Amino acid sequence: MAVETTDRAPGAAPAPRPGMMGYKSGRERPAGGFELWSWVFMRISGILLLFLAVGHVLIMHVVDEGVGRVNFGFVAARWQSPVWRTWDWALLVLALIHGINGLRVIVQDYVKWPGARFAINMFFYALGFGLFVLGTVIVFTFDPSKWPGTT
Amino acid sequence: MAKRRSDFGTLYKGSPGQWSWLAHRITGVAVILFLFAHVVDTAVVGWGPHAYDRVVSVYENWVVRLLELGLVAAVLYHAINGVKIMIFDFWPGSTRHMKGIAATSTLIFLAAMIPITWIMGREILDLAFGWNL
Repeated sequence: MAVETTDRAPGAAPAPRPGMMGYKSGRERPAGGFELWSWVFMRISGILLLFLAVGHVLIMHVVDEGVGRVNFGFVAARWQSPVWRTWDWALLVLALIHGINGLRVIVQDYVKWPGARFAINMFFYALGFGLFVLGTVIVFTFDPSKWPGTT
Repeated sequence: MAKRRSDFGTLYKGSPGQWSWLAHRITGVAVILFLFAHVVDTAVVGWGPHAYDRVVSVYENWVVRLLELGLVAAVLYHAINGVKIMIFDFWPGSTRHMKGIAATSTLIFLAAMIPITWIMGREILDLAFGWNL
């Protein structure tokens, strides 16, 4: 599982590598293993979330009366389109993994006792999985025709 | 005693980048904590219009709208600062221009927040004081 007790730089004090480490020219990057995949995932999901999350926030909270226009009918009309259902589901999945992995990195920095670290991480993984299931079921099964005359 | 310099540049070990590093963490935690609640409140839509419209009616409160403005700012800051981090990561030579790139990303964030604060702030003032700006 994703619970690692290693520090930020596995294989401490590596020799300076041209381009990334040393020469005071770049930033630290994990040398390999799970932490390198985590590093790669945070950047790929970050680029996608740049569009998904910023777009969502601007559409739902800023333009065109923002959240003031959001009600059941608004959601029902919006989710008529599979594009918005897919957008919202992709946002749900990527934001949950990106955010919970971010929390894992923060926990790794501040929680030193392995038992507490494991417990806190497991709590967030379980919460994230539960919210993933809840959100996925709602996004793909929501059917406003159960409530006629509301849209 | 001479100031000790980090082995890996200065970005994550104090001085120029430490405030954006801290802000990146705080905005990230704020957004994920909101997301936990937001998945649940959106899921209520599956229980019908009566339940859902009652949930979203919390946004009629101006304090909630102020928090909402904070959420938009947090997402934007985290996004723009994340781009800055990736520029440094993928083009290591760019760290020679760290101050300029950091200043530019902060300026982009602030510039974006001006119209957003105006648009959302008008609603907040309307709800709080009945001001129709």
